[in-house]
Parts: sequence; C-alpha cells; structure tokens
Amino acid sequence: MSFKSTLCAATALSLITAGGAFADGHAKTITIATVNNGDMIRMQGYTDHFTEATGISVEWVTLEENVLRQRVTTDITTKGGAFDIMTIGMYETPIWGANGWLVALDDLSDDYDVQDLLPAMAGGLSHDGKLFAAPFYGESSMIMYRADLMEKAGLEMPDAPTWEFIGQAAAAMTDRDNEINGICLRGKAGWGEGGAFITAMSNSFGARWFDEDWNAQFDTDAWANTLTFYKDMMDAAGPTGYATNGFNENLSLFQQGKCGMWIDATVAASFVTNPNDSTVADKVGFALAPDTGLGKRSNWLWAWALAIPAGTQQQAEAKQFIEWATSKDYIELVAANEGWANVPPGARTSLYENPNYQAVPFAKMTLDSILSADPNDSTVDPSPYVGIQFAAIPEFAGIATEVSQEFSAAYAGQQTIAVALEKAQAITNEAMEAAGYR
Amino acid sequence: MARTVTTQRKILTTAAAWTICLIIFFPIYWTILTSFKTEAQAINDPPLFFAFDWTLENYAIVQERSDYMKFLRNSVIIAGGSTILGILIAIPAAWSMAFVPSRRTKDILLWMLSTKMLPAVGVLYPISLIFVRFDLLDTRGGLMVVIMLINLPIIVWMLYTYFKEIPGEILEASRMDGATLKEELLYVLTPMAIPGIASTLLLNFILAWNEAFWTLNLTAANAAPLTAFIASYSSPEGLFFAKLSAASTMAIAPILILGWFSQKQLVRGLTFGAVK
Repeated sequence: MSFKSTLCAATALSLITAGGAFADGHAKTITIATVNNGDMIRMQGYTDHFTEATGISVEWVTLEENVLRQRVTTDITTKGGAFDIMTIGMYETPIWGANGWLVALDDLSDDYDVQDLLPAMAGGLSHDGKLFAAPFYGESSMIMYRADLMEKAGLEMPDAPTWEFIGQAAAAMTDRDNEINGICLRGKAGWGEGGAFITAMSNSFGARWFDEDWNAQFDTDAWANTLTFYKDMMDAAGPTGYATNGFNENLSLFQQGKCGMWIDATVAASFVTNPNDSTVADKVGFALAPDTGLGKRSNWLWAWALAIPAGTQQQAEAKQFIEWATSKDYIELVAANEGWANVPPGARTSLYENPNYQAVPFAKMTLDSILSADPNDSTVDPSPYVGIQFAAIPEFAGIATEVSQEFSAAYAGQQTIAVALEKAQAITNEAMEAAGYR
Repeated sequence: MARTVTTQRKILTTAAAWTICLIIFFPIYWTILTSFKTEAQAINDPPLFFAFDWTLENYAIVQERSDYMKFLRNSVIIAGGSTILGILIAIPAAWSMAFVPSRRTKDILLWMLSTKMLPAVGVLYPISLIFVRFDLLDTRGGLMVVIMLINLPIIVWMLYTYFKEIPGEILEASRMDGATLKEELLYVLTPMAIPGIASTLLLNFILAWNEAFWTLNLTAANAAPLTAFIASYSSPEGLFFAKLSAASTMAIAPILILGWFSQKQLVRGLTFGAVK
C-alpha cells in the first residue's frame, strides 16, 4: 500500500473515530472517583451486590491519592460533573462543605443508623453540624513494634509510652550489623507524608502551626524541640535515607524485619500482620502513639469518605450507593467472605462492640487511638484551626508541602534545623498574609 | 582523508553504546521482571533478579480488575487521532514556512515552540472550563484536539526541518509543469518527505500515547486511556508494586512493539538531513 493510501485510510479512520468520540455519552450509571488502597479495591469487587439489589450500575475511576485530589478538586471547582461520588478525606470535607460544593447527607435512612458512626469521624466530616461525607474507613496512627526485639532489648512497651521511652527503645533495638533499625518514621516531603507525621508529633511537644491570630509558630522552642528530637533519634536509630521514606518505604522495611518500631497509620496493622506479605506477622505488638506528658499524643485522625458533589444529576442513586457502602451490612458482607481482619475499620462504633472484631489483635489499639484524637482540640495551646495533622484551611496543603520540603532537607543534612524552621516561619507567614488571614 | 578508526576505539565505542543502552533499558526490564513476582518478592532486599517463583498472578488480577481493552482502545484512538489531525494541519503550515517564508517566519516558529515552555498545569483551569462549557469532558474527541494542539509545535518544527532539506527548485519545476498547489503538496512534496513525515507520525504517536497530565485530568470512566489504567494501580498507602508493574508492562507493550518494528523508519527520519 502506498504512503498516500495509508495516510488517506488513517485519516478517514481518525475522522470516523473522532466523530464517534465527540458523541461519547455519559451512561445512566453512577461514576465514582476513588483511591487505590486495599479497602477501596475490595469494595469495587463487591459492587455487583449493590447493582443486583438496586439496578444501578457503577463505573469506577481509581487514581493515586494525589492525582485523585487534583482531579476531583478541578472537577468540583469547574462544576465538571464527571463524578457522582468522590472519595475525599477529612481535610477537604469541611472546606468543600462550607463552600456549598457537597450535598449534605442529612437525610440518610433510619436503617443506616447515622448515630453509629464514630463521633470523631462524623465530627471531622461535618461542617456546622451537617454531615457532608460518610466515612468508609477511618484511621489514626499508633506504634507497631517487634515484640521479640523489644524483649531481646530487655524492655517492655507500655500501652501509652512517652517519646523519651521510644528514644531509649529505638537505641536499644538498633542492630546495624543485622540491618535492624530501632525505629522507622516518615521523613518524605509532602503535607500528607512527612508533613502529616511531624505535625502530629509536634502536637505532643506542645507546638502548633498558628496562634489564635494566625501567626506562624515555627520560631517557638516547641517546634525546635520536636525537630531536634526527631532528627537525633532518626540519625541514631533510623534507616539510611529516612528523609525520603514515606508510608510505603517504611511498610516495606517493617515487613522485611528491618524496623524495631514504626509509628504510622493504623491501617498498616492489617498489612504487617498478614503472613502472606510480612515476614514478622506473628511478632508485632501495638501501642498508642507517644506523648511527652503535656496532655496531647502524637496520633492523627483521618478518614476516607464518600461525598456527593453538588452538581451531580444522580443524587438519589449516589446517596443509595453511599448508604450501601458505608453500612453495617457491607461490613458483615466483607467479614463473611474475607474475615473480620479485612473489614473497613474505624468508621462505626458497632464494629468495635462486635466480639468477632474484638478478637482481631489490633482492633482495640486502633479504637483507642481513634478515640484519643480530637481534631477540634489538637494542640496544647489554643489554636484557631480544626485538624490534627493538618489545619483545615484551603491554603494549608500548599504551605505544608513547602514547609515539609524544608524539614526533609534538614533531615538529609542539607541545612540545619534552625534554618529550616526560619524558612518555614517565613513561608507560612507570607502565604497567610497573601491569603488575608493576617 | 578518511579518519582511521582503530579496533580499540571500536571496542570502546561499542562498549559505551551497550552500557548506555543497558542503563536506559534497565527500568523497563525491571518493571517487566517485577510484574512476574509476588508483592513480597517485589520488595525483597536484596532484589531478586531471576531466582524467584515466576507468577502470572498479577496479570490475572489486573485483567480481572480492569477492562484493559477499553483503555487500549481509547489510547489507540486518542493517540492516533491526535497525530493524524496534527499532521493534516502541520503539513501545509510547514510547507508555507519552508517554501514561502515571510519576515516573521522564524519568530512564529520560535513563538510556537515557546508555548511548550508553559507548564501544563498553568492552563488546567481554562482548558477544563472550555471542556465543561462545550461538554467535552471525558470524551476522546476533546482529548484528541487538546493533545494535537500540545504536540502541534513539535510536528510543525519537525516537518519544517525536513521540508527545508528538499530543494525548492523541484517544487518550482512542478509548478512550471502546471501542478496546482494541491498536486504539488500531494504528488511532489509528500512523497519526497515520506521518511520525515513517517518519523514525525511515529514520534508524535509515542508522545500522545504517553501523555499523562491531560488524559488524567480531562477523563473519567469513558475516555480514559492507558495512562489512567496505570495510575489506577499506583498507591502511596499499600505495596502494590508487582500489580503496578504488570499494569505498566501491559500499557507499554503495544508502543514497544510498534517502536521495535518501526525503528528503522524512525531512525532514518530522525537523522534525515543530518548529513549533507
């Protein structure tokens, strides 16, 4: 075939497909944007049950967390209407709810039992007392530790340890010859990665992001103490290159038996105790995230929740799906098929009253961690914002990403802690001034 | 006088070429290898090169979870459509710039290229609003147009470079023989520029195939191509590297095969005009 014929054929094909392409319609199904994690993927597998019961088909758009955040934010602010349900977190929900971008979930059926939602979760997903997203699963953070290494070090982990104890234990458990790091913590830049961890940790050291007049507080001793303690401990007992480690890197290290302790999301408990993936599945103990005796622990609170954007044409169907996916019946469905350890945790009180779930090794510590976190009162000194590992204002994600980059550079030894804090103070004050808070 | 190439120099050059090739190819090799491991093997330290139980489990899971053919179809249509649309617009544009240049031709070419320097996110909202206004969100046609526009400067530049190598006298001769503009473009210019057009087509098809920013931000369930397919297996909270590798291997396989079979044409086109 000559080049000309090929080009003509290809052009014709292109125009035909383009004609069809412009005519792509939105089928009479609901489209859900969600993140790629174990619980969400499991839910996709059970969608047929929902379709059989209601006749409503479901299309899934699964994206990586940060891509999803950008995608749904663009969609909701441009009123794109590409999604009928969005998976969003505790950070976005109150902000978007206040802007009128979400449909209030204030008319859920009696069977749904909205009172059964854990108060901390329902509170974090509400604005002005109205629920704007239903929690699919919730998490806090806690200590996961190697009970065998702790015993070998001659120590016993308390249920509610202090940072001082954690520092001592990390040093005692470190065994460089055998590639065992006493402690693994997030150091990676990003507000949801290392930024979330250090913010939650700073709460226990008496630090806060802003005073009541929205002035940045990085020039305080509390922040200097937080970062100094973190860096000293990690330099002595953390893994090489910890400044670039996030959740996945630490999970990998822990599962391979290379961490004595790991403080991170409670959902990690099901990964590290799964014998198919973890080499230390039967040696893991759990404890509350540490404190310094100032009245606040260093655990956070987060929920992945399902919300309906205000522009959707299929509000009723979307609401039906949310009721199904976050119901007690869904939990029973998963438990019946995959066991109680695999049900979505952290959303409903009744789950933690269930004797079957109480038998799961990490259930109690997860609940205790969630209950000890209060987004409305997260700091020792009063602060003007809601949130534990974040401040629920639209500007926070951008500011915290920049600040966490400065912190990561300090962990990596590229600058001193004092310089990092100085820069953080300037970045934050400048951004808050530009946004009109100061 | 021809330069003498010693055996030692030949060996060194060959070794350097192989080393560079291996470095470039290693990430692809590792992705393919990881796709045949279990999730535990994928994160094993030290890394496992060959001594592991090979499994097709990840491919089975990916097939079960995602409609691969739908994503593939979208990729072929979007990449193919945008490339052909781009070529149709770029051939006349490059012809006029190469053979009927004005005082501003060079400025226009530079300005076209400068649009590539703007970060895509800078125009995310305007483009999104246009898509919403004209109901183009999550349509293959809308994406074809956007990707065509993004790659158009490169297509025009490449074709302009190739056309400049063609002696203008040949076109003049065809005009003297009575060829119309259409005939000049179709029967004289195009056949002579086939290697250049073919390599431009291939390169832009690859660029359009790999385009991730717009395909992720302007699609949902209907028009999502293979870039969205890969993105659905990426997760910051959970170790799914083996599945992600299987999805990546499935996404790059078609373009790798295309590149392999057309490498001669691609290299010939890219080096067209390099030696006078």
